[in-house]
Amino acid sequence: MSPWHLSRRRLFGLAGAGAALAGAGAAAGYGLSGAPAADGVVAFRGEHQAGIVTPAQDRLHFVALDLTSTDRAAVADLLRRWTAAAERMTTGRETAEGGAIPANRYAAPADTGEALGLPAASLTLTFGVGPGFFDKLGIVDRRPPQLAGLPRFQGDRLDPARSGGDLCIQACADDPQVAVHAVRNLVRDGFGVTEVRWSQLGFGRTSSTSTGQATPRNLFGFKDGTNNLKAEEPDLLAQHVWVGDEGPDWLRGGSYLVARRIRMHIETWDRSGLDEQEQIIGRDKGEGAPLTGTAEFDLADLTATGPSGPVIPDDSHIRLASAEANGGARMLRRGYNFVDGTDGRGHLDAGLFFVAFVRDPLTQYVPMQRRLARSDGLSEYLEHNGSAVFAVPPGLAESDDHWGRTLLA
Amino acid sequence: MSPVTRTAAGLASLTVAAALLAGCTSTAPTAQGAGDGGPITVNATDTACEISTAQAPAGTLTFRITNAGSKVTEFYLYATGDRIMGEVENIGPGLSRDLIVEVPDGGTYTTACKPGMSGDGIRAPFSVTGSAQRATDANAQLAAATAGYKRYVDSQVGALVPKTQEFADAVKAGEVEKAKALFPVARTYWERIEPVAESFGDIDPRIDGREDDERDPGVGFTGYHRLEKDLWVTGLQPDSAAIADRLTADITDLATRTRTVELTPVQLANGAKELLDEVATGKITGEEDRYSHTDLWDFAANVEGSRAAVAALRPTIDANDPALGPVLDQRFEAVETLLQGYRVGDGYRLYTQLTPEDTRAMTAAVDALSEPVSKVAGTVTA
Repeated sequence: MSPWHLSRRRLFGLAGAGAALAGAGAAAGYGLSGAPAADGVVAFRGEHQAGIVTPAQDRLHFVALDLTSTDRAAVADLLRRWTAAAERMTTGRETAEGGAIPANRYAAPADTGEALGLPAASLTLTFGVGPGFFDKLGIVDRRPPQLAGLPRFQGDRLDPARSGGDLCIQACADDPQVAVHAVRNLVRDGFGVTEVRWSQLGFGRTSSTSTGQATPRNLFGFKDGTNNLKAEEPDLLAQHVWVGDEGPDWLRGGSYLVARRIRMHIETWDRSGLDEQEQIIGRDKGEGAPLTGTAEFDLADLTATGPSGPVIPDDSHIRLASAEANGGARMLRRGYNFVDGTDGRGHLDAGLFFVAFVRDPLTQYVPMQRRLARSDGLSEYLEHNGSAVFAVPPGLAESDDHWGRTLLA
Repeated sequence: MSPVTRTAAGLASLTVAAALLAGCTSTAPTAQGAGDGGPITVNATDTACEISTAQAPAGTLTFRITNAGSKVTEFYLYATGDRIMGEVENIGPGLSRDLIVEVPDGGTYTTACKPGMSGDGIRAPFSVTGSAQRATDANAQLAAATAGYKRYVDSQVGALVPKTQEFADAVKAGEVEKAKALFPVARTYWERIEPVAESFGDIDPRIDGREDDERDPGVGFTGYHRLEKDLWVTGLQPDSAAIADRLTADITDLATRTRTVELTPVQLANGAKELLDEVATGKITGEEDRYSHTDLWDFAANVEGSRAAVAALRPTIDANDPALGPVLDQRFEAVETLLQGYRVGDGYRLYTQLTPEDTRAMTAAVDALSEPVSKVAGTVTA
């Protein structure tokens, strides 16, 4: 059976369950956090921010910004304006009524206009704050200890120009122009209060965040995210993604976003044999099945041994990244492929823009990445050159609730 | 600013009004000073700016500025938002010049001497009491804005011509070091009014063209940047003197033409924005002064010119969007403060002495400023 058939069957098989979950979710105060409606509009408000368990859209424009102002009121005012513009854009509207073609032809249009006529395209805008946000605004007492910067991992070659940031906005959409338009307009409104530190475009989601989605492939050609946490698993999300009582009031129901720009040396990878590729990953390339199974969703048997040792090698990626190898820790991954042209030396500047949402980066992401950085056979083909971590506040209540309200109150 | 081909009827009539108002100014009666009928004296030195009084009744004021210092200086009278009520440029050591300025409204103004022609200058508050009669309707306000900016352009051109002549003379005399010192100074006056100058499409390429610009067949690389290359890179060439003569002739031609230029409020607003675009694309990148690396002089002049255009429109901005003016003030000041950090003597650090962090900070400050400046055109035509 082809993967496509499998996923279609799963889709139909789960449609009823999904509806039941959505009903339960609504009773608990949220929709199936942002499952797109027929018109491609994802609900902007809810218990959690959209863009986390929302079925991963195909395109990403992620931007990290630095505060250029230490004026708390100015920052709060910007976040209020951002919220209003973001909410409008997620419904396929301009940032302001008549913004793209203003009545006054001498006025610079308030909306840049490149999304005019395009549908909402499942646009989600997810907002987070980095460690420096608290320093610059003099509210260090509100920064949770989990929002420390990530430690340096073995082999990291981090570029400061692709790392860190006081704020982030993740724009995901089915249409790249819609995502770019959203970020462009928010960045524009931020001039004078924020400046862009770095940004990343992504295509081809590299994981599924819903059982309704087929598992996509990364640029190594392998299925990625088979065992990802999914929207349909609320208990696991509560356990691994949503910040609970351990977090500050302003963050409960929120999450932490870990971003890593992982350059993939695809030219050398492409010259390695299929067997080596599968041994490094721990899955077969065609089906995506663990080397101990035959179908994608077969559970990996990490104890199985063959004539030359473990069937799933000790240094294979899926073993080292597994919950079993990491004290049960899991995460919701939401990464995207990227190709940023060439590196000027004839190789594609390509890779994976890794995005994961976790309840605690220090106990979930850090130990796993430390293990991978030290032992993963895949590391030979990877180079981590961007890194950032942000706290992502919970979703917004109806009416005039806006980004950063509880944080800056 | 490029010539506007589609001018709204209302703006066209404003242009006429502006021209009339400008004409009135030139036939204004003899100015009176503070109380005693004589001029307000300003004793300007390299470190002080002594003014005989800090107060005068509303009306036409005359400041007599004497430069007792060793540096060329300037004198300004500013209203809120650094709106230039009047200024005198290029006062050499030992010289005395008059500034005649109409101040119809009472309030607090600011005087400034700028020894070395740089920075915010030595500032002091100046109080104007009472008020002279003035029209308050919006059209008159905009007409006053364009007329005021026109005076600014005239004063800049008034300094541009002799400063460029000095520069050209130094080139012709083979005084390379003197010419190098004069190059960024002469260009300051050009860069402050560049959008107006650029509106004359034929002379701009001759004055400010770059070596790699596309030209019509038979048209050579001339102007400031050709001489810049001669001075900094190749050494003076057999035709350097001819190029210098050509530059002064072109500048003189420009001065003649700017006297007749008619400006609309939208052109002022767009000119202010375009000057900042120039900063973002030509100066922050070090593209423009690629041989001398004196880009920060141009940067400062572009920002000053932009501020002058915005300031001329300030009464209308304040009337239509009271929140915009303070943002503009704050952002202009942020850019100017940043530039102050790169001062060396009366000039600036060279572009080659800037770090990527420096240019990044400048980009952020200019972006922050350009965004509200881009709102000015819409605001004054609202």
